[in-house]
Amino acid sequence: MRVRVRDWLLMGPGLGWLALFMVVPCALVFANAFFERGTYGGIDYNFTLENFTRAAEPVYATIFLGSARIALMATAIALLVGYPAAFAISRQPARRQMALLVLVMLPFWSNYLIRTYAWMVLLNREGLINKALTGIGAIAEPLALLYNEFAVVTGLVYNYLPFVVLAIYSALQRLDPSLTEASRDLGAGAWTTFARITLPLTAPGIAAGAVFVFVLSIGNFITPDLLGGGRMQMIGNLIYDQFLTARDWPFGAALSFILIAIMMALLFGQAVIAGRVHGQREPAHA
Amino acid sequence: MPERSRLLDMHLGAVLAFLYVPIAVLMVLSFNRAGLPTAWTGFSVKWYGALAGNGRILGAAWNTLIVAFFSTAIATVLGTLLALGVEQKKPGAAVEATMFAPMIIPDIVLAIALLSFFTALDFTLGLHSIIVSHAVFNIAFVAAVVRARLRNFDWSLVEVSRDLGAGPVTTFRRITLPLIAPAVVAGALLAFTLSVDEFIIAYFTAGAGPGSTTLPMQIYAMIRFGVTPEINAMATIVMGVSFTLVLVAQRANRRLFDV
Repeated sequence: MRVRVRDWLLMGPGLGWLALFMVVPCALVFANAFFERGTYGGIDYNFTLENFTRAAEPVYATIFLGSARIALMATAIALLVGYPAAFAISRQPARRQMALLVLVMLPFWSNYLIRTYAWMVLLNREGLINKALTGIGAIAEPLALLYNEFAVVTGLVYNYLPFVVLAIYSALQRLDPSLTEASRDLGAGAWTTFARITLPLTAPGIAAGAVFVFVLSIGNFITPDLLGGGRMQMIGNLIYDQFLTARDWPFGAALSFILIAIMMALLFGQAVIAGRVHGQREPAHA
Repeated sequence: MPERSRLLDMHLGAVLAFLYVPIAVLMVLSFNRAGLPTAWTGFSVKWYGALAGNGRILGAAWNTLIVAFFSTAIATVLGTLLALGVEQKKPGAAVEATMFAPMIIPDIVLAIALLSFFTALDFTLGLHSIIVSHAVFNIAFVAAVVRARLRNFDWSLVEVSRDLGAGPVTTFRRITLPLIAPAVVAGALLAFTLSVDEFIIAYFTAGAGPGSTTLPMQIYAMIRFGVTPEINAMATIVMGVSFTLVLVAQRANRRLFDV
């Protein structure tokens, strides 16, 4: 009994803080999603489902689908680039692995705005990439690299790639080397071993990395705002507008609700994949 | 295990170049005399001088330090206690989900949720509301770092201490805390870095007054006006501070990047 009281004393303040300043505010947003917008921007407490039917209208459905498409592209590219990089790190001598991992993760912990701004410097019409390409005569006119989908996807991949490498690297670390050795001893080639043993067993890492990139991309605000230059609207920007420009909080709340629902579904899927691969050996964790 | 392949190593090199070239370009340009991104016109630190004379930027930097300090202090205490409780009690999925949520929830959603919450309570917005909000994700990060360390923790040390007659506070102070200190320090440094860099949640919970503008809010306003040499100089300083803090955190706690 004493132990239980002590454990709750330890967890109480932290969990209380998260409950009060995260769970309750999110619950409030969910509740607001079912009310009407007030005449002067507030909330009229009359129950309605109109915010959700409105979110399904073609204008908004297009933004959802467009955001999902961009997030999917960023996820796919980050995985295709990140997997071999993580694999390369895991093949290095043990002492160098940690140093390389720190090197990959370091930018991830630095200012997101500045990392995004760096791409504005590189991609703009007078930017370094255009200058270099015109300089060597590869192009006559500067390319429109900034303020489009290409720039947004590049920015998202750039910002989230380190986490993908980390997630896949840690899955590779958990892989029992005797399994791949056995596969090779039994005559399977390097590619067959990779496709039949390594890839399926590192699926939890791939799933963790993919969910992370997808969720943070689809709800992103800064990247489409700065690298998309306002021409690209994603859900994050739409939510932002409802709160700071259109002052339609209930509709913004409904959009957030949908975003969270997508996130939960993906996290659930990820937990299932992790549970399937790890089986009974360890509990599924996100 | 397959041999290391040249091709894989080259790919890794390309990835590292992809990660660092944009940052390096900013840093180099911040010392460019003419301030133009196109041509190198000589070394100069005048853009750093311009920053030092900009009262708005200095004010915003000061606000950021206040927010980061207090939100880190709150999060370090609550997050460490939370980690200790969770690792001993092993509570269910609801607690795990609550602790994981701040790391994955889109920041725009947390931002509007907190704004709605503070508005509903008629809570006056300012630096204090940013501190409260930043503590949310900082608690989660500190707890995660400390938990990673506690996974290899020998709880019998605590039992021995208690059996020998030490009270719970003495045991914590003399046994538990010294053993988990590297993770606590690392968690605090990461929390501080996250708070210094966080933009959207601060933007939504800062209120209207200029007195609660933080550095990322100031950077955002400047970036929206376009590429300028002052931003390059400021970016270099902010990046330098982040890199230093994270590297110190990593040295303090080698298991920092274990997932």
